[in-house]
Amino acid sequence: MIERARELLASGEVNRVLAWEKGENDFDRTPAVFTADNVDSLVYDGLCGPNLSKYLVGEMEKEGKILVFLKPCDSYSYNQLATEHRIDLEKVVPIAVGCRGKIDVEKLRAKGIKGILSVTEDGDKLLVKTLYGDAVVENRKEVLLDKCLACKGKEHVVECEVIGESEDTTEGDKFGIVAKLEAMTPDERFAFWRGELSKCIRCNACRNVCPACSCVKCVFDNPNTGVANKAAADDFEENMFHIIRAFHVAGRCTDCGECSRVCPQHIPLHLLNRKFIKDINEIYGGYQAGAEIGQRHPLENFDKGDCEPSVVHVRGGARK
Amino acid sequence: MPMKENWTPTIVAFCCNWCSYAGADLAGSSRLSYPANVKIIRIPCSCRLNPMFVLRAFQRGADGVILCGCHPGDCHYTTGNYYARRRMTLLFSMLDYLGIDRRRTRVEWVSAAEGAKFSATMNDFARTIAELGENVRLGDLRCKQE
Ligand code: SF4
Ligand code: SF4
Ligand code: FES
Repeated sequence: MIERARELLASGEVNRVLAWEKGENDFDRTPAVFTADNVDSLVYDGLCGPNLSKYLVGEMEKEGKILVFLKPCDSYSYNQLATEHRIDLEKVVPIAVGCRGKIDVEKLRAKGIKGILSVTEDGDKLLVKTLYGDAVVENRKEVLLDKCLACKGKEHVVECEVIGESEDTTEGDKFGIVAKLEAMTPDERFAFWRGELSKCIRCNACRNVCPACSCVKCVFDNPNTGVANKAAADDFEENMFHIIRAFHVAGRCTDCGECSRVCPQHIPLHLLNRKFIKDINEIYGGYQAGAEIGQRHPLENFDKGDCEPSVVHVRGGARK
Repeated sequence: MPMKENWTPTIVAFCCNWCSYAGADLAGSSRLSYPANVKIIRIPCSCRLNPMFVLRAFQRGADGVILCGCHPGDCHYTTGNYYARRRMTLLFSMLDYLGIDRRRTRVEWVSAAEGAKFSATMNDFARTIAELGENVRLGDLRCKQE
C-alpha cells in the first residue's frame, strides 16, 4: 500500500494521500493526510477502524488530486457523499483495500487485558503487549468492532483498483436487536432508551464522525434551535438530539457504525439508525444507502401508493 | 397513570392552510364542534411540518399531535403531502420505538369541504388522548414539576 501511494505521489497523479497513521498510543489509528515527505508513516492493519470518506469533504477545496484508501464499508459512505455532491470524483483517486474486520481495543480491555501498549496481528492471533507482560488472543474474531459484526460484505461498491483480500465478518441478523426492542412494551422501550440516552454528554462526537452528517451548517450549531446546548438541559433534549440526528441521516445513513464506535459513553446509536433502515426496507422496499452513486433516497422520493402513516398504529413493529 | 385533577388533554393540530385549515373554518361556520383544547397551528402545506415541530409540541406540553393536510394528489404544491406522508410514517414509528405511544401521533387528510370530517377527527383524537392520559414521555420534566 505504501509503495502504491509512493508511486502515485511520485508520478504526480496525486499530491496528497488520505490514510491512517499511528495515534498517541501505539494501538490508536487516526485518519491523516500525507504528502511525499511523510508517507512512510502511513499504516494499515487490523486496527484501522476509522472511516476515511468524510475527511475527503474538507480536502475538496485544495489543489490537486488526493488518493484515498477505502475499506468495503467505507466505499458506501464514499458513494453516498458523491451522490450528495460533497466530494468531487474528479479530485479523488480511490483505491480499495482489503479488510478482515477491525479490532476493538475496548473489547480487549473487557477481556481483562490491562495497560495495553501495543497490538500486533499474527494470522488469526493477536499479540498484545501490556505493561504487565504479554497476552495472546487466539482468535481475532472475538474482539472485532461491533460494526464489523454487521458488515455489509467483502465487496467494495466503488469501482477501482483493489489491494488485498477481504473477509465477510457478519454475524447473524443485524436487525435482531431492533426487532427485540420492537417486541418490548412501550414502557420497557422507554426505559431502555432513557437508560441509554441519559448517558449522553453531548460531546457531538457522533455527529462529527458521521459521513452523513456533513452539513456545513448543522442545526445543532444554531443556538435558536434550543438543542445546541453542550449539556442537554433535560431529558427531553437528550432524546430530541438523538431523534433529530437519526432523522436527519435517515435514508442516507449507510450503517457504517462509526457513531457507536466513537461514542465515549457507549450508547448504541446504530440501533436508532438501524430502526429507520429497517422501517424503510420493510415499508418502502429494500434500500442500501451508498450502494451506487446517484440513488434517490427514500425520503426524497415517494410513491403514490405509499401506505398511510397509520401503518405505525397497526404494525407497532414494522410490516407492509 | 396518575392524573392531575381537572386535567384536560392539550392537542396540537398542524393544519395545511389550503385544506384542513379551511376545513376547520367550515366546521366552525357549520356549527360543528370540536374540542376547545385542540390548538390549531396553520402551516402552508403539510410538508412544512418539520419533525422538530412535533417534538417541540410535545416538549411544551402537548399530549397528542395531529397533522392534517390535503388528500394525497390534491396538495396545492403538487407533491408536498406525499413527502410528508413518508416523513411522518418514519418519525411516528421512531417515536414509538422510543416508547412514546403511537396513538399520540396521527395524520389525517381533510379537505376544505370536509368540515364534518374535521370535527369528527378532532373529537375522536381528543377522546383517544383523554383515554391515554397525560403525556409524560417527551415532556420537559423540569417544567412539569409542581
Ligand atoms: S449515522 Fe452512524 S452508522 Fe449512519 S452513516 Fe452516520 S456514523 Fe455511519
Ligand atoms: S458521541 Fe455519544 S456522548 Fe457524544 S454526543 Fe454522541 S451520543 Fe452523546
Ligand atoms: S397544500 Fe395542503 S398538503 Fe400541500
